Amino acid sequence: MIEFNVRTTDQGLGVVAPHGRLNMVAARHLRDAINGLIGGGTTRIVVDLADTTFIDSSALGALVAGLKSARQVGGDLRIARPTESVMTVFRLTNLDKVLRPRDDVEGAFDD
Amino acid sequence: MSDARRFVVRVVALLTAILGINYVAWRWLFSVNWDYWWIAVPLVVAETYSLIDSLLFGMTVWRLKDRGEPPVPAPGLTVDVFIATYNEPIELVMDTARAAQRITYPHATWILDDGNRAELRARAEAEGISWITRSADWANMPRHAKAGNLNNALLTTEGEFLLILDADMVPEPRILDRTLGYFEDEQMALVQTPQYFVNVPDDDPLGSQAPLFYGPIQQGKDGWNSAFFCGSNAVIRREALMQLGISRYVGEVELGVHRALRTARSVIRKARRGLGQDQHEVLHALDEILHHIARARRELRRGQALFDVTYRFQHRVAATRRQLVGSDLRALHADLAIIAGLEQLSDDPDQSLATIDDAALLQLADRDWSPLGAVETVEALVRSIDVDRGDEAQPVMPMATISVTEDMATCMRVHALGWRTAYHDEVLAKGLAPEDLQTMLTQRLRWAQGTVQVMFRENPLVQKGLSVAQRLMYLATMWSYLAGFAALIYIAAPVVYLILGVLPVSALSTEFFVRLVPFLVMNQLLFFVVADGRPTWRGQQYSLALFPVWIRSFTSAFGNVFLGRSLDFAVTPKEKRQATRRRWDLIEPQLIAMGLLVLALVVGGVRLAIGHASPLGTAFNMVWVVFDLLIFSVLIKAVLYQGHETHAASARVPQTSTARPSDEGAA
Repeated sequence: MIEFNVRTTDQGLGVVAPHGRLNMVAARHLRDAINGLIGGGTTRIVVDLADTTFIDSSALGALVAGLKSARQVGGDLRIARPTESVMTVFRLTNLDKVLRPRDDVEGAFDD
Repeated sequence: MSDARRFVVRVVALLTAILGINYVAWRWLFSVNWDYWWIAVPLVVAETYSLIDSLLFGMTVWRLKDRGEPPVPAPGLTVDVFIATYNEPIELVMDTARAAQRITYPHATWILDDGNRAELRARAEAEGISWITRSADWANMPRHAKAGNLNNALLTTEGEFLLILDADMVPEPRILDRTLGYFEDEQMALVQTPQYFVNVPDDDPLGSQAPLFYGPIQQGKDGWNSAFFCGSNAVIRREALMQLGISRYVGEVELGVHRALRTARSVIRKARRGLGQDQHEVLHALDEILHHIARARRELRRGQALFDVTYRFQHRVAATRRQLVGSDLRALHADLAIIAGLEQLSDDPDQSLATIDDAALLQLADRDWSPLGAVETVEALVRSIDVDRGDEAQPVMPMATISVTEDMATCMRVHALGWRTAYHDEVLAKGLAPEDLQTMLTQRLRWAQGTVQVMFRENPLVQKGLSVAQRLMYLATMWSYLAGFAALIYIAAPVVYLILGVLPVSALSTEFFVRLVPFLVMNQLLFFVVADGRPTWRGQQYSLALFPVWIRSFTSAFGNVFLGRSLDFAVTPKEKRQATRRRWDLIEPQLIAMGLLVLALVVGGVRLAIGHASPLGTAFNMVWVVFDLLIFSVLIKAVLYQGHETHAASARVPQTSTARPSDEGAA
């Protein structure tokens, strides 16, 4: 079963770290977690995929929805540290061409 | 599929192709009567059309695939059964929903009510059936008909597989047990089963059943991994649809951002030209924005991630705008209204972001903007086509929305992503066909328009990711709708000969008959061996007799895709219409054609009698005319058809006058 670790960093970044399989059932929880952060006033969000073992297209849809919500309030959503198997799914849908993964969480908004 | 049958089909298909090419090549090279090119050339073009149609058919059946007994599905798969409804009678929807609940493989049943009817909701929930309608996100957004309805439901549910049913399609309890097993193959995206109609008499006057399509044609397409999705009675893997949705989203955002940046540049340049040389600050700001635009375009060209580029661009433009505020507040007011309207870039609700025509964007660029107005426009432009896709209810639209027949468009895209599909030739759901000519004509027009829309918008011949065979399989279906134009010529040619004595062929020589007749005979033999006992004559009749419908589908789809006109789209009513009188007016073009054909018989007879025409030519053309009349005779039957009356139960359903017996579901 998937677990979500949600925290806010010292720089004010909201971090969502899904542990395990991010599939269609987990996608809804991911959306809720992102919306929860935005609702609480955190508009710069990093989804930390280091411990995400699997991702499907429904979860990619949840990432896109989160990106939309963040941009609507002037913020942004970034992804960090995806594993190779997760990146494969990004490539299948060309999502890697528009959403660039960052190497670490803390520096995800440095550029 | 026995090997013997496949062998016979292949031999006949091959002979048909050889004889057909032999005939049509000879026609082009040696027998066009160029003196009468105005009828001779259209005729040989129509014959070439028919030859290509026949070749595509031969290719389709070359790989007939009978899948036989399906694999047994693994336990524990999660399935959502979707019943899509818009305005069908509540009792009819509930019949289908109850039958769906009785499906034996564990699943969740959902009524997708695009009509948002409180009564249907109450009835469904009283029986423990889930009811959903569009979410608030869809308010004031393009609705995209059935595709939109399904897209909305996809975001509300989470089963691994979806069974899609039209409101009238009553499923058998075993439908999932017989189809889910195919998904053992992890690349299998979709399993289609036949659409069969219970309210159709044996002689099928309206040509409702499609025994050749839901049979050899789908089995042949299946052999080339091109089995089509037909909108209902199909099981789909959610992952395939969602993957399609994401990859389409990426493609549309990329296209949209490129266009928006181009338009933004025009807007700023125009605003800059209207400025006096003394307005240094404003000039400077606009130059800065032009610089931002150029930079963003350059970054995209270099392959930088698009969302990074748009994010930085918007922040830079916002910074520049803050400097500009105050320098020209006066002129701003006039622009605000238009900027607000930018969220809805396109007037046509059926258009998606990537299909917004350049004219709409050019209009924006041509307007006289105040400098601040221009900057705000640029921001709104990029925002509206950036991540949030402000012009659509959902950023991700798995079901294709480019056509009124979302099924074919979606299926082609799924194939292009490399997924497989299957056709399982067993009737597992039974529905209702139109029972009057007008409804039938509306339905056929809609299918034809949708197919032609896809052909114009996403021509299968140039779609990346499809194999050559898959491209040809999609082309074959689109090609068949061109029959309307060929029919006109096949009517005109014998009429022109019998009345005017003009022969489009250089001579009705022995050679002509020796080349033509074997082709015609072999072509019919091909139908015969492929059909394997299924009736094909109705289908042949309607493919010519509905020529005005096919022609209109082309003209209206052309107007829609290239000129931005409405299709006059109509939902196919599932209720029987009250026939108040015989609707001869619906087939007026065909009646005129029949009148001409009969007139040609009379005039041809007279010309023969007074020695103005050759006996052979007259006889040949008269046979042709009689054949045309036999084709059209089906329409007389169709106009006289009163609907299917044999169900005793239909009398029990008051008011709605549906023909559906309430207990059909379990049958």
